[in-house]
Amino acid sequence: MRTLLLLICCFVLPMAAAQQAPEKPQITSDSNQAELSSLLLELTQANFRRMPELVTEIEQAGGRAVLPLLTALQDGELYYQPDTRELVVRQESGGGRVTVSDVFTGNTLDGFDTAALERVPINNRLRAVLQATIARILLFQGTDAEREQAARTMLSDLDEDNLVVLNEAIANEQVAAVADMINVALAMNVLVTDAPQAERLAAVATLHGNLQGPVRNLLRSFLDELGRNEQDPEVRAAMVSAMASIERKVRFYELMEQAFYGLSLGSVLLLAAIGLAVTFGVMGVINMAHGEMLMLGAYTTYVVQILMPEFINYSLWVAIPAAFMVSGLVGMFIQRFVIRYLNGRPLETLLATFGISLILQQAVRTIFSPLNRRVVSPDWMSGAWDINPVLSLTNNRLFILLFSIIVFVILLWILRKTSLGLQVRAVSQNRDMAKAMGIRTDWVDAMTFGLGSGIAGIAGVALSQLTNVGPNLGQDYIIDSFMVVVFGGVGNLWGTLVGAFSLGLANKFMEPMTGAVLAKIITLVFIILFIQVRPKGLFPQKGRAVE
Amino acid sequence: MRNTSFFSRTILTAAACLLSLGAHAQEPIKVGVLHSLSGTMAISETTLKDTVLMMVEQQNAKGGVLGRPLEAVVVDPASDWPLFAERTRQLLSQDNVDVIFGAWTSVSRKAMLPVLEELNGLLFYPVQYEGEESSKNIFYTGAAPNQQAIPAVDYLMNDLGIERWVLAGTDYVYPRTTNRILEAYLKAQGVADEDIMVNYTPFSHSDWQSIVSDISRFGSAGKATAVVSTINGDANVPFYRELGNQGISSLDIPVIAFSVGEEELSGIDARPLVGHMAAWNYFQSVDTDANAEFIAQWHDFIGNTDRVTNDPMEATYIGFNMWVKAVEKAGTTDVDAVEQAMIGIKTPNLSGGVAVMNKNHHLSKPVLIGEIQADGQFQVVWETDGVVPGDAWSDYLEGSKDLISDWTAPIRCGNYNTVTQTCSGQATDF
Repeated sequence: MRTLLLLICCFVLPMAAAQQAPEKPQITSDSNQAELSSLLLELTQANFRRMPELVTEIEQAGGRAVLPLLTALQDGELYYQPDTRELVVRQESGGGRVTVSDVFTGNTLDGFDTAALERVPINNRLRAVLQATIARILLFQGTDAEREQAARTMLSDLDEDNLVVLNEAIANEQVAAVADMINVALAMNVLVTDAPQAERLAAVATLHGNLQGPVRNLLRSFLDELGRNEQDPEVRAAMVSAMASIERKVRFYELMEQAFYGLSLGSVLLLAAIGLAVTFGVMGVINMAHGEMLMLGAYTTYVVQILMPEFINYSLWVAIPAAFMVSGLVGMFIQRFVIRYLNGRPLETLLATFGISLILQQAVRTIFSPLNRRVVSPDWMSGAWDINPVLSLTNNRLFILLFSIIVFVILLWILRKTSLGLQVRAVSQNRDMAKAMGIRTDWVDAMTFGLGSGIAGIAGVALSQLTNVGPNLGQDYIIDSFMVVVFGGVGNLWGTLVGAFSLGLANKFMEPMTGAVLAKIITLVFIILFIQVRPKGLFPQKGRAVE
Repeated sequence: MRNTSFFSRTILTAAACLLSLGAHAQEPIKVGVLHSLSGTMAISETTLKDTVLMMVEQQNAKGGVLGRPLEAVVVDPASDWPLFAERTRQLLSQDNVDVIFGAWTSVSRKAMLPVLEELNGLLFYPVQYEGEESSKNIFYTGAAPNQQAIPAVDYLMNDLGIERWVLAGTDYVYPRTTNRILEAYLKAQGVADEDIMVNYTPFSHSDWQSIVSDISRFGSAGKATAVVSTINGDANVPFYRELGNQGISSLDIPVIAFSVGEEELSGIDARPLVGHMAAWNYFQSVDTDANAEFIAQWHDFIGNTDRVTNDPMEATYIGFNMWVKAVEKAGTTDVDAVEQAMIGIKTPNLSGGVAVMNKNHHLSKPVLIGEIQADGQFQVVWETDGVVPGDAWSDYLEGSKDLISDWTAPIRCGNYNTVTQTCSGQATDF
């Protein structure tokens, strides 16, 4: 009963929230209804050459009330009925559920054959016109963020229409952030017109340290002898100083961005390698099938998403434990039936696990087809966190960075604080002694291998958000994984952490200078040389047990 | 279930072959199919193997060629380039095939070429490539650079007013040669050095963050910027995903791709890609009767209506139909006779025109530019007025601009120098 209530709450609450959306403006009585409807009829038949003009005419006839129509057109959700040519908005939600709603009111309409609806086509030129038109309307009707975004769109397109709108908007704007953005646009306009010196100086002051791309480009062109080439020495000096402040900031944020990219690559390396750090590092098994454990995790994500198409946004939370189980069980199976019998014969273990990796790849090809599978990113993983116009961190990378550290901490905790961890460490240090103390080494081996493989499965869930889910996924990461573990020092989790992040950072700071291909080669050469000097990696295991 | 019906159909085909063998007491014409069915290229090439099998089945239903049934001999070169040469030798000297449909990457074609010329085989190569080659034993039914890259750049420059160019590609022979041609072409059009950015990445590259942010920085200089992408294979998925995540839409910096088609998009969530473009000679969305029929046949053959069609499939379709016509015209499957009969052969293509095989073993085809839609299909936004004849040797590169290929008498040469009036030999590796 309680579950039922909970379920009802889950469904009803978001719906109620959706219905509280702000009231939509109605088409004003003086706007020309008849003209608008004939334009809308034309919209279903026009070709791409006519469409941009048509959108402008619709805006003129319908005023700001046409916003929902234009937004639907921009999103490719505007459809029409082939026979009546009536326009509707057709939206697809998760799981292929289709809703049809009215263009202006947004009310859901029933009784439409959704399969027969035809889409109003759209191309890039039309998208550009729509973006500008929608910005002009949103400057008055949008939320704070939308108004700011609308003003920002206009920075790069300061024509007369936009200036009229901007001047009208600044008079009523209450929110400082939006007003600032509008003021920047107006200041840019002052610079390109023949305003008196005092006004121009004030405008430059407004633009001082502003990171918006169009501002930078405008100032650059004023300082360029082949460009606008500012003549007034005082204004020019102010511009030089404004530009210098911008450049300083930009350089700083670019450095931050590179560091983030390095950490992000490091987190991917860490995730890929951390399972291997357990199986290879702690147990000493050279597991060439480690990459395939990643792959199984990624495919588990795919299967989970197929099983719960309505709840894509939550699918990852289900996929993480599922992938741990799948990869962990496969890992334990491999350990019990293959690796156990090859104990102490590294070369044969290597060959056997390599064979297993090929079998798993081919199995996946047979079951899922050789084509890559499509894993959807949940909404909260797409997009970016815009800190300023120069620095924005993509959400998926940010989440995966956090996730890799959480996984690392949990694994460290298991190995340090649990009895399983104690036994694993005992067996890895001295198998015979541990056996003599009554530890079931067979069982510990299987559990450790399962743990390492399971962690790899979890990493596979994260990788499915970054790269292709296909039969070759594992192969792409197996070399990187071994590289990180060997570099960091076999048998030491902290070494893996430091190794992964330092390789990531080194790679990303090298890339702008050398290009991606050369950066990878240099990293590999560096590691080979490093291993010559310190064969046991960054943090070698110490103590008698090592010998 | 799908596999069962597929297998049973193959068995039926085989049975039909046997039956007609008995009926006509005619030896079958052997058609070699040399596409990778395993390894990295299996993603793309398996589809082409199925296309050839479908065409063979249809041709047999029509009574075969010259009254003889066709028999497909399928071998798997496993995405292993040297193996392409071995399998070619096997097909030609052991299986005695009369024609081979196969290869995808340029490096595999280059591996097959010496064997084809040594044993006088016949290859139909169905994929867009970098040009700079013309062999007597190969017919190139995919696009040459002037049938894909150059028109695409013209479209961006003239219709979208692009002034700054990013040439991004995977690090191997096709992107490098294509970008060399494009760079020469752009400079000839007056584009300055600092307005061109060239970037290469390894196969299956997945960490695009710094490259995409470089592109975005390069594109924020106030001039309209576009990316011309020769990024190949599955590296495209993380590339487009990163573009979407960093908020670079087709309005800010459009990307036009030469290796992304319907098949590649079927593995991607296409919503963040909407508006980015691709240049091909064919799109599944082309609205013609021939195309609708082809798609229906394909769905029927493969038993899955979700499967898409793409440009290399059309190239295979054209190549196969041309070969059938040429064999019927020559009255024999003899390679030399078929090779000469091929030149000037016309067959309808799927985009509503007629494809012609030219003297240089390349096709005349229309060039289409499509924008990616949310459902992974393309919407054609531009096409050439007529067909464009494929040019084996680029007019924009030093060292190849004087070369032509003409396999008719009296020249009969794949790389004839029009200035010195000499033939520099056959199979050159440019």
